[in-house]
Amino acid sequence: MKTIYLDNNATTQVAEEVLDAMLPYFRDLYGNPSSMHTFGGQVGRKIREAREQAAALIGAGPEEIIFTSCGTESDNAAIRSALAAHPDRRHVLTSRVEHPAVKSLCDHLSRQGYRITELPVDKDGILDMTQYERALTPDTAVVSLMWANNETGVLFPVEKAAELAKERGILFHTDAVQAVGKIPINMKATSIDMLSISGHKLHAPKGIGIFYVRKGTRFSPFLIGGHQENGRRGGTENTPSIIGLGKACELAARNMDAENRMVLRLRDKLEAEILTRIPNSRVNGTRLYRLPNTTNISFEFVEGEAILLLMDDYGICASSGSACTSGSLQPSHVLRAMGVPFTMAHGSIRFSFSIYNTEDEVDFVIEKLPPIIERLRSMSPYWNAGDQVCSVQ
Amino acid sequence: MWEYTEKVKEHFLNPRNVGEVENPDGIAEVGSIACGDALKLSFKLDENKRIKDIKFKTFGCASAIATSSALTEMVKGMTLEEAMKVTNQDIAAYLGGLPQEKMHCSVMGKQAMEKAIENYKGGPPTEPAAQIICECFGVTEREIEQAVRENNLSTVEEVTNYTKAGGGCGGCHDAIRQIIERVRAETAPAARPKLSNIQKIKMIEEIIDREIRPSLKKDGGDIELVDVIGNRVLVATRGTCATCKAADITLKHFVELKLRDFVSPELVIEEVTP
Repeated sequence: MKTIYLDNNATTQVAEEVLDAMLPYFRDLYGNPSSMHTFGGQVGRKIREAREQAAALIGAGPEEIIFTSCGTESDNAAIRSALAAHPDRRHVLTSRVEHPAVKSLCDHLSRQGYRITELPVDKDGILDMTQYERALTPDTAVVSLMWANNETGVLFPVEKAAELAKERGILFHTDAVQAVGKIPINMKATSIDMLSISGHKLHAPKGIGIFYVRKGTRFSPFLIGGHQENGRRGGTENTPSIIGLGKACELAARNMDAENRMVLRLRDKLEAEILTRIPNSRVNGTRLYRLPNTTNISFEFVEGEAILLLMDDYGICASSGSACTSGSLQPSHVLRAMGVPFTMAHGSIRFSFSIYNTEDEVDFVIEKLPPIIERLRSMSPYWNAGDQVCSVQ
Repeated sequence: MWEYTEKVKEHFLNPRNVGEVENPDGIAEVGSIACGDALKLSFKLDENKRIKDIKFKTFGCASAIATSSALTEMVKGMTLEEAMKVTNQDIAAYLGGLPQEKMHCSVMGKQAMEKAIENYKGGPPTEPAAQIICECFGVTEREIEQAVRENNLSTVEEVTNYTKAGGGCGGCHDAIRQIIERVRAETAPAARPKLSNIQKIKMIEEIIDREIRPSLKKDGGDIELVDVIGNRVLVATRGTCATCKAADITLKHFVELKLRDFVSPELVIEEVTP
């Protein structure tokens, strides 16, 4: 059975060119980049090249790029470093819809006595900037807001938010794991102090990330050890993955426009067809400020895990914000923060595209999905097929 | 991805007895759309008072649909007395088992069956003063008690897996803990027999495993039993506990109390450094 992979916000396929760039550095060119000999030194040169490729993608300087093990490490390093830089400040400002990498860390900090403000979002997933401005206080050590939401694709105005933080001397971090490679980013033109990137969301392998720290930002390392990464992140470099990520950044910079046009067209086609063919379905999150590759659609009166498993039978991969898939008993915190009604929240499905998707795949989903929803609705006690009116208690 | 048995998958993909029985003798609805799963069950009896026809409609995940389908297959042909005796464990076993986190689906099936039988008998629900313990999921004290009793549950997490109670805001965890203790006290032997040393050590180990370690592990800590001398329980702390300033408070107020509760009131905990 062919796999139709529409779950690219979860992870992406490693690009052919990326894998090719990495392979020599596993077995043949295994030298340690810190070594004094030529054998290791040549690897060091490749890492410098990767750092430049990564910096170029986001309009940063190579000295502002720190390679980490993943987006979560970058998020942790950023927030903890900011708190260490301002030991007198005890307030962290974030939002209700952050990725667990930030959310759980903030929950943890709150148990350690920090004051955490989680800004709400409206029904479209949009942040209220007036409320944001009011929440910036002299006690605020750091703001952490995601650039693009992983579940809905909704974009936060982080550049504007960073300006407002800077005016008040507050450090600003953004989890840009879903945004980098999908929207143009130029750090030179922003006031963002710290930014997190994850390799496997842009066709590099898992286990590699980037932590961007603006030059001149007070910084204290998260991993203390050797002099690697200029003493800002100890530990022998993950050389093949760094080199692969460099290549992936180069590809993203080169192909972003074309990729975006393509995934946008596929996404919009899938979304439009689903909404037309399946009654009582709707898109979660604003369609105005959104990643081009993501759509989050709710189907009323059916449950997400059941949809996913029936799609899985056809090889279609997507994800859901339903309670049963989250491992907890409540629907996703993002949909709850947006006030998505329960009739809709449990039946939400996220489709996320990449350059490797095709129109045929979209057509296949458009053909298979309506009968799946119909079948589950025919089993649902809340669905009255005759008049498509719900019978919620 | 959940590890479902082939039988669960099969019942999910080809559910039996979907729909509503016409002119049913008994009917019930449990769960709600807010909670993420709901089951509507209706049945009809034959002239011998056996279940002739039974159908379900379910809103929920794969295991909710599979347990509903399994339940209807199991009870078809049974008398109501027999159907009443089908436990949630029986339903799970029929399907070759369910993931722990999905046991509440089998409990939902059991509850729907009971409620439909009550509906047939014409009586109002037998819990006139049903007290809601978990506000998030509307779970009553009686439901929690029954799940603890029938499935021999001992932690809040298990109760959540089986009934959903406590899976939302977490505000009812203390209340659930009290219910567990009360029910377990009913079932535990009234007077504690005098323990031999070996029995005592075994029990202490068991209680550490079951009652203590899971809580410590949540914070990255752990504890190890070093020795038992008379009523002195010597332990060593591990993980974050080993460096935590509050570790002796945890030892005295949590570990010691648990051991006294479950093993013997004379026990005294002592920390040894390795």
